[in-house]
Amino acid sequence: MNIVVCVSQVPDTTTKIAIGADGKTIEKSGVKFILNPYDEYAIEEGLQLKEKFGGTVTALTVGNDSSKDILRTALAMGADKAVLISDSVNSDTFAIASSIADYAKTVAPDIIILGRQSIDYDSFAMASMVGELMNLPSISMVSSWTINGTSITAERDIEGGKEVIETSLPCVISAQKGLNNPRYPKLPDIMKAKSKPIDAVAGASVPARVMTVSMELPQTQRRGIILNDSEHDITELVRLLHEDAKVI
Amino acid sequence: MAIHGCDYMGIYDLLSPEEKMVQESVSDFVDNEVLPIIEKHYQAGTFPMHLAEKMAELGVFGITLPQEYGCAGANNVCYGLAMQELERGDSAVRSFASVQSSLVMYPIYTYGSEEIRRKWLPKLASVQAIGCFGLTEPDFGSNPSGMITNAVKIDGGYLLNGAKMWITNGTLADVAVVWAKFEGKVRGFLVEKGMKGFTAPEMKGKHSLRASVTSELVFQDVEIPEENVLNVEGLRGPLSCLTQARYGISWGAIGAALACYESSLNYAKSRIQFDKPIASFQLVQEKLVYMLNEITKAQLLCYHLGRLKDAGTMRPQQVSMAKRNNVDIAIQIARIARDLHGANGILDEYPIMRHANNLESVRTYEGTHDIHTLILGADITGIQAFS
Repeated sequence: MNIVVCVSQVPDTTTKIAIGADGKTIEKSGVKFILNPYDEYAIEEGLQLKEKFGGTVTALTVGNDSSKDILRTALAMGADKAVLISDSVNSDTFAIASSIADYAKTVAPDIIILGRQSIDYDSFAMASMVGELMNLPSISMVSSWTINGTSITAERDIEGGKEVIETSLPCVISAQKGLNNPRYPKLPDIMKAKSKPIDAVAGASVPARVMTVSMELPQTQRRGIILNDSEHDITELVRLLHEDAKVI
Repeated sequence: MAIHGCDYMGIYDLLSPEEKMVQESVSDFVDNEVLPIIEKHYQAGTFPMHLAEKMAELGVFGITLPQEYGCAGANNVCYGLAMQELERGDSAVRSFASVQSSLVMYPIYTYGSEEIRRKWLPKLASVQAIGCFGLTEPDFGSNPSGMITNAVKIDGGYLLNGAKMWITNGTLADVAVVWAKFEGKVRGFLVEKGMKGFTAPEMKGKHSLRASVTSELVFQDVEIPEENVLNVEGLRGPLSCLTQARYGISWGAIGAALACYESSLNYAKSRIQFDKPIASFQLVQEKLVYMLNEITKAQLLCYHLGRLKDAGTMRPQQVSMAKRNNVDIAIQIARIARDLHGANGILDEYPIMRHANNLESVRTYEGTHDIHTLILGADITGIQAFS
């Protein structure tokens, strides 16, 4: 099975984000970047597919030299090879999806797996766009699935419930949290990853279709929360005191 | 994977991609596998055996040894970072890895025949076999050259007699690297579980390193085959192993200190007294800054020591400095953290008292604080104060 996993580099969740001088981008200096947490589920799913059906796992990202770190993480987890597609400075989700699709067409994968969202810009659009651009079916937010021959039955989270969807390979899916337990890169595999190839590919020269006009940090304001006396509210109160106020 | 730990001087940026990944991977492992269960084992006085298998799967045993023996083939900075993260979990977990890697796999790799390497290293890396290291005796701790345990030549091998004490993993071990005198010279012998006359009773009643198994080793006319003798003579054999382990301890102590500092910082910001977080008070800030300052110096010491070790220019005395300093500041930080947490500092809800108690052992084993002081003293004055 020819498996392509798309990964992206995002600021570490503990990083304090600052807006850049242009008011349209985040200030990158001093920010630590990590592999997008949802992409860990995507990589793990790719590796499990390979273990079950054989084949190769290619980790792919659209970015620059600094993105190599996350590709190395994917290689250390067990991906066979990695592809770094160069990114243009002003690319939007569509431009990046076009780069992925252009490359993916050349390798004709059986399946493309992504994380359900990148936790930086949260567009949630990548899996659908890549599917459309490649004329492949796509299923987003997959929380469990089975493959039987070339047919796929996937369960996805929807508001307040689950939805079961069928389609067939080749296709694009995005991974929801809980799809699997991503493995830790093993220390010997981290060392072996050094000798695995990272291919450089030129990105699609597709102009951005949307433009960021401005960016600002959320306003922090003190506000009260009114809860009632239902069991759910009590649970929520405990959660808020524990997780937000951190007083219990 | 979140990047773990306080890094005030940006040392993380000096690490190679592989070194960063090793730290992150072991850090995640500790957060997910060690921290949720370690307090229970500490209280019960049991070693979490399932963790040994998971650590083997992660690849932390014999981390610097070649991949052909089932090891990671990583550099010494990776080794240090892994030890730091493991000890952020608990000194017992790091001790298990130190003994297996530095005190058992290292001498087998360095002084063992190819046959012995092939026989033991893959099993030790995958923890199908557990190892221990016997140097200290009931009456010979800081002065190992006085050891009583001895071997005499017999047909086809040696006959071993004596006793060792304070042996981490002794009762669990499938193979013991035992140092004994033969014709007045210290030699290393591999004693295997089940050999007639070899017993390893567990020592009980510890208030420290409670999640680690500590044992005595007793040898009564144990027959050791010729091929189980290591190819090294004199104290330089065991001391070279101790240099490896002390190097790992230097890093490990930073992990224990980090756990105490991070808990203290969080506690100080959330604990309200006199209507404000205790972090608002100057005396509390001073404590936190002391911790940060000492941790940062310890990190820089270890980082540089690791680079020297990888370059092959590290001297054992430099390891003494790092072990002495880092364990000392870790124990000071643990004690201050206990103070800062008030009464809560004695509870198992916080890692403080566990680390504070563990570090009492770490301060003493692998060369006591005072012995390392005298090693450094001898190095700079040219005068040995302990002979």
